[in-house]
Amino acid sequence: MSNKPLVRFQNVQKSYDGKTLVVKDLNLDVEKGEFLTMLGPSGSGKTTCLMMLAGFEPATHGEIYLNDEPINNVPPHKRGIGMVFQNYALFPHMSVAENLAFPLEVRKMSAAESKKRVDKALDMVQLGGFGNRRPSQLSGGQQQRVAVARALVFDPDLVLMDEPLGALDKNLREQMQYEIKHIHETLGVTVVYVTHDQSEALTMSNRIAVFNDGVIQQLAPPDALYERPDNAFVAQFIGENNKLRGTVEELEGDYCVVRTQTGAPVYARAVNVGRKGDESTLSLRPERVLIDPDASAVQNMFEARVLELIYLGDHIRTRIELLGRDDFIVKVPNSANHALMREGDIVTVGWLQEDCRALDA
Amino acid sequence: MKRVTTVLAAGLAAAIGTVNAADTITIVSWGGAYTKSQVEAYHKPWIAQTGNFVVSEDYNGGLAEVKAQVDAGNVKWDLVDVELSDAVRGCDEGLLEEMDISALPDGDDGTPAAEDFLPGTYTDCAIGTIVWSTIYAYDASKMDSAPATIADFFDVDTFPGKRGIRKNPKANLEMALMADGVPAAEVYEVLGTEEGVERAFAKMDSIKDHVVWWEAGAQPPQLLADGEVVMTTAYNGRIFNAVASEDKPFEIVWDGQVWDLDLWVMPKGAPNKEAAMDFVKFSTDTKRLAAQASWISYGPVRKSSAPLVGSFHNKPDLDMGPQMPTAANNMKNALQNDFEFWADNQDQLNEQFNAWLAK
Amino acid sequence: MADTANVEIDDKLLKKRLDKALFKNRSRAFLLVLPLLLFLLVAFIGPILYFLSHGFIDKTFAALMPQTTEALSEWDAVSDPTEEMFAAVVADMVVARKNKTIGRVATRVNRDKPGTRSLFTSSARKAAKLEAPFSESLPAVKKDWNDIEVWQAMKTASRQYTLGYYAAALDMKVNADGSFERQDEKRRIHMTLLLRTMQISFLVTVFCLALGYPVAYLLATLPARTSNLLLILVLLPFWTSILVRTTAWIAMLQAQGVVNDLLVFFGMTPDDARFSLIYNKTGTLIAMTHILLPFMVLPLYSVMKGIPPSYVRAAKSLGANNWTAFWRVYAPQTIPGIGAGALLVFIVAIGYYITPALVGGQDGTMISNIIDDHMRKSLNWNLAAALGGVLMVIVMVLYYVYDRIVGIDNMKLG
Repeated sequence: MSNKPLVRFQNVQKSYDGKTLVVKDLNLDVEKGEFLTMLGPSGSGKTTCLMMLAGFEPATHGEIYLNDEPINNVPPHKRGIGMVFQNYALFPHMSVAENLAFPLEVRKMSAAESKKRVDKALDMVQLGGFGNRRPSQLSGGQQQRVAVARALVFDPDLVLMDEPLGALDKNLREQMQYEIKHIHETLGVTVVYVTHDQSEALTMSNRIAVFNDGVIQQLAPPDALYERPDNAFVAQFIGENNKLRGTVEELEGDYCVVRTQTGAPVYARAVNVGRKGDESTLSLRPERVLIDPDASAVQNMFEARVLELIYLGDHIRTRIELLGRDDFIVKVPNSANHALMREGDIVTVGWLQEDCRALDA
Repeated sequence: MKRVTTVLAAGLAAAIGTVNAADTITIVSWGGAYTKSQVEAYHKPWIAQTGNFVVSEDYNGGLAEVKAQVDAGNVKWDLVDVELSDAVRGCDEGLLEEMDISALPDGDDGTPAAEDFLPGTYTDCAIGTIVWSTIYAYDASKMDSAPATIADFFDVDTFPGKRGIRKNPKANLEMALMADGVPAAEVYEVLGTEEGVERAFAKMDSIKDHVVWWEAGAQPPQLLADGEVVMTTAYNGRIFNAVASEDKPFEIVWDGQVWDLDLWVMPKGAPNKEAAMDFVKFSTDTKRLAAQASWISYGPVRKSSAPLVGSFHNKPDLDMGPQMPTAANNMKNALQNDFEFWADNQDQLNEQFNAWLAK
Repeated sequence: MADTANVEIDDKLLKKRLDKALFKNRSRAFLLVLPLLLFLLVAFIGPILYFLSHGFIDKTFAALMPQTTEALSEWDAVSDPTEEMFAAVVADMVVARKNKTIGRVATRVNRDKPGTRSLFTSSARKAAKLEAPFSESLPAVKKDWNDIEVWQAMKTASRQYTLGYYAAALDMKVNADGSFERQDEKRRIHMTLLLRTMQISFLVTVFCLALGYPVAYLLATLPARTSNLLLILVLLPFWTSILVRTTAWIAMLQAQGVVNDLLVFFGMTPDDARFSLIYNKTGTLIAMTHILLPFMVLPLYSVMKGIPPSYVRAAKSLGANNWTAFWRVYAPQTIPGIGAGALLVFIVAIGYYITPALVGGQDGTMISNIIDDHMRKSLNWNLAAALGGVLMVIVMVLYYVYDRIVGIDNMKLG
């Protein structure tokens, strides 16, 4: 990755109705060769950002740069950005080859060169020989591949993908995730990818920008996002999460004590808390909760009652009642010593101060 | 075409108390001011006298609907007001019931009906009611000098401006020949030859570029009123009504008028023959025919009605006598439409007329 | 993959089982549409076929003048009429006079030889009193009976199955010997009108497309609330009587009408040389385009509504400018709508008659006006049927051509 970003959003705002902002003061750099995913629930502003970048929606305020050039006033067809749409948007009246040749044709490329490129692109997505078919004669996954090939055939620096796998079934979706990731790695093209599916984001991305309410909540590589969420929204949105609410009682350096509603103190890592007396949400991943832990090894230890056991093969998903909450989930590894747990049992659970993150309320 | 259906209920029927059980007859006519004159002069008094009902429908002329009803054996109409050529043709083709003139009441002066009716105003299947005429009219407020003869209508140099003409050869070819100097009495003789037809079309050619064509009787007064044409052929009653009821400054030129008859006919198999025949007797008696003339300027076909023709129904000083096509003053150069000529030559002349139009 | 080699399937048996299973469903579906099918047959297809048959079949003369018909069948149409033929005519006329059918005979022969109607009606009145030899007594009543053309016309009329009406619909005529000949130049009208009908319908279709396409595009791209409102405006003409609309155009376009008044007011034309915008072809084109516009807009709108904006966006992202994106990507996808709209407008236009009758003047009337004329005025239903048949054949040919070029399954009506 070079030090100069390929795309830069600078103080970008967007409003459709002149009253509410769907994108609020967005600042984001996309590095060359990066696979960056915009992740968020619907209405969070991620697609709007993509459309502004593609040129289909004007920014209400702020500037977007591509290769250091401001592009607010550059029409979409001059931006040279490839795009893959949610419904593929393959032109139904053209054959697959004609679809792929379209961007080359409008660039006045010679027929021979164009054919060479089209064939290469079809081979890349393992659809060599499908050139004469109509899009409607292809399966969903094949159409998806054609759409990707078409967005890449004219060698753009940047490819945008707007929930491209949303219409596929689960198996195909996972397969396509790997294929797209593979193509990205092979070609070294920069990809900005929009999805609301967190596992898709985690699988494919170099970095993920989590959107909510028009604001990027956190921009980080997948592992950091999961392991070290900056706020309660990200913690809740990415992966499974146990929430505990309480008040900050002591705050010292990176650590704090939060007293929960039941009065029990919980030792946690202070990530996103202000000062003593503030409300805080504690975030704890289910796999970091230990059953019958060694008392000297953990800072937090409580008694809990087992409410429900769900057998999932490699682990047992256990719902317990803890600190006044009955939706506390623990993932218990499927090992011999835990197999004896039954519903209604009282067990001891505990976790490290390090694993419990005190976040904003 | 949509039919306007009016049911005229017998308001006084019960009070007067008739012996007959009430019948409902369907009478079909041309609509507008003309139907209104029939309703006022015939329908209402008949309903009051007999306690029967009348359903009044409008149509646009022609025998098509009668033919359809008779052919299908499902006759809905009891009486239809038709032109003479259709009356003759319908009779020849067996579409109409016969009606006996001797069954009609004598004239008020005692003359038997067969002699009281003007010659040719009844046939085996039809009883005449009125004489109407195709004339031409102009808007006096828009003309510098008044046209007076049929030749003036075809003279666009002296009287510049658009002409309204019915999109049909009937009456037009006759008028063209009269304008070209053929005496009324010889018109059909001339028109019976190929040269005569060509002569008529040649005369029509001289104004073809100035013509606005009309098809429905209501159009000509509207064209005049809108200033679309400076003069137009029209049915005399329509022009009269525009003058009498709407005070339009229209003038009728009677020179070269082509007059025709309207008659009652009964489709074969009419559902209420007896009541319908009773209506025919009632409506064509001396008084009723004269009464109709107070509503519209169409002349009664009974000689005995003529002296009884009075003034317009709501304008006592508007004497109807001189407004009639049959008034002596208006008949100086007049032509009766020759139904036989048209029965023989209609198809051919229609085609020729349409071809001429399309040229 | 299933290993098919291990499964022995008797193709025929399977097909039989499948058919059996499907038969039940199919017969149920058939029973459901049966009432409509019967209704269409009885109330639509049957009457149309029956009426169209009038164009080929005319039994009037043969049925009402049976003896004459038989006598004429022997005749070579060239030699002088024989005494038997005269006798047969007189005998038939006596019966026809009594049955009040002579008018129909007269009308029928008059179509082939104009001017003979009164020959029949007046001769029939005296037929009962005539005495042999009829070849002398009949011409004594009317000398026209010596005219061989009258007899030739009767021979033509006596054919029960005739191409005469279709020939007439194409400005031809059938001679007594069965040969065809072009109609006199003065009477050639149907081809002119057919061609004009096609021309007007084509122009109306083109105008509707030119005006309707942008409107449909606007409607399809606007937010639903605004587009619904505008759609009502487009449909408004539908909810107004055709007579009212046509009359409104008369008020607008006539010489003293609103449009001309405005043109004069703005000095674009002198007061004494106002434009002729109505009672001619221009008027027919304007009024028909207006009336038929919804037929174009609605199919276009429904097709355009179904085209996601992502197609044009995709084209632009691939480097196409606005024009290319529209022309290469958007427009081809609206072809089903264009096809449906154009076909609809054209076919409705080709049969239009109220508007041309009211505003057509002399060069704006169409073939339907003549058909209407023959239906209502001349009562020549046979010729009306033949003209209708010609029109139907033209529509079907166009439909076929359309199918070959665009494809019927490519059509989208809504």
